[in-house]
Amino acid sequence: MMISVRDLERRYTRRDVHALRGVSFDVEAGQRFGIVGESGSGKSTLVRLLAALDKPTAGSVSFQGKRVDTLPERKLGFLRTELQIVFQDPMGSLDPRMRVRDIISEPLGRRDPARVSELLKAVGLPSDAAGRYPHQFSGGQRQRISIARALAPNPSVLIADEPVSALDVSVRKQILDLLASLVELYSLTLIFVSHDLGVVRHVCDRVAVMRRGEIVEIGDVDQVYDAPEHEYTRELLAAAPNLRAELARLRGGDDG
Amino acid sequence: MTLAVHGLGIGGLVRDVTFGIARGERVGLIGESGSGKSLTALSIMGLLPEELAASGSVKLDGRELLGAPEKELSRLRGNEMSMVFQEPMTALNPAMRVGAQVAEPMRIHRKVRKDPEALLASVGLPGVARAYPHQLSGGQRQRVVLAIALANDPKLLICDEPTTALDVTVQAQILELILDGVRERECALLFITHDLAVVASVCERVLVMLDGEIVEAGTTRDVLTAPQHEYTKKLLAASDLEASR
Repeated sequence: MMISVRDLERRYTRRDVHALRGVSFDVEAGQRFGIVGESGSGKSTLVRLLAALDKPTAGSVSFQGKRVDTLPERKLGFLRTELQIVFQDPMGSLDPRMRVRDIISEPLGRRDPARVSELLKAVGLPSDAAGRYPHQFSGGQRQRISIARALAPNPSVLIADEPVSALDVSVRKQILDLLASLVELYSLTLIFVSHDLGVVRHVCDRVAVMRRGEIVEIGDVDQVYDAPEHEYTRELLAAAPNLRAELARLRGGDDG
Repeated sequence: MTLAVHGLGIGGLVRDVTFGIARGERVGLIGESGSGKSLTALSIMGLLPEELAASGSVKLDGRELLGAPEKELSRLRGNEMSMVFQEPMTALNPAMRVGAQVAEPMRIHRKVRKDPEALLASVGLPGVARAYPHQLSGGQRQRVVLAIALANDPKLLICDEPTTALDVTVQAQILELILDGVRERECALLFITHDLAVVASVCERVLVMLDGEIVEAGTTRDVLTAPQHEYTKKLLAASDLEASR
């Protein structure tokens, strides 16, 4: 098992918030695992705990069978290479004063021009991008830079936290397709967090639906989307704008 | 025509934009960031940044708005035409109770004062008049903004990505409120979005914008089910995530 989470709880006592209330699930190696929920559902708290950037109030997080929630930072070095995160806002996660080559090789801890150009190629950026700065790129290209940096240390798990929420639709699809092909190419395990049901369905094979700090439903993507069991999943699916359904309605001639 | 835009140009960023919206009609404006959607909306409201000038013609109920003195525009804004922006927190005054903010357009335009409590209740927010914006959720704040925009029963309502910052379940509620508000008042609606599914559910006609120009226009059904322009086709293909699974 790549990741095992058991009875995970996180309370923020100062603000009296119970952000996670007993979350358990497993992610197998090679799986593309989606986490869907609205704001306040606990998605971001969960990501922080999976990456051992925060300690749970109760419960456990294991990475390749090894508890990571109890480890001190100095023993988490292996996790910092094995598990990488791509965040929503590439501009906020890239240092504006660093050249792309330095951004991408930073997780390696050394200069490695060959590796940098290999990674740039993998994410579909020209090799001369290495000498430029983040502000010289579009939003989609910046997200490609973030992905290249995440892949640099050869991780086994990639967490993508709303990686396309800030992007235009046409760019969004390119980045999603890129992520899918990289996951395949490098045999990665993907944890994909989003508020957008359509995006998760496009990328993932398994999905957990979260609400108020709990997983209300978990299962294979087709099963959860086509035959949702929990009331909240049904509500979410009904509320999400669905282009296919709208087009079918328009074609049917019912102008509603 | 409630709104008639003819040959609108904005400093080379928007070129030769022409369209009209009839009373009670709902028109969508779609396109990606930088295509000129928001500039078009701001020029109608007379809210362009100072360094940008609009040319052409924008008429509200036959009255020319381009080049009209600010005094005249401010009599129209929040009265005969109003706008809902993407980010409700920046649209609201953080230091003013929401009830007072809803009452403000009626006070400024010396309209018959409707009860702000009732207006807030009509957007599903009973009993919050004494709250400040920070005490409300994002969806509740956008409801307040909508109540303000509709307070004086405008002839034209412009919504610029009104639900992009909201959760899907909240988005569905806000879209419903916008539709109800527009139907009740028979106002013309210009609805800006990048989300084709949303535009399909809200609008009767659609304008597709690319690099400052309208490249395709027609009924929502024609544009989305039988797109003519390459760009519209590309946008549809990119939006349909189910297709290439």
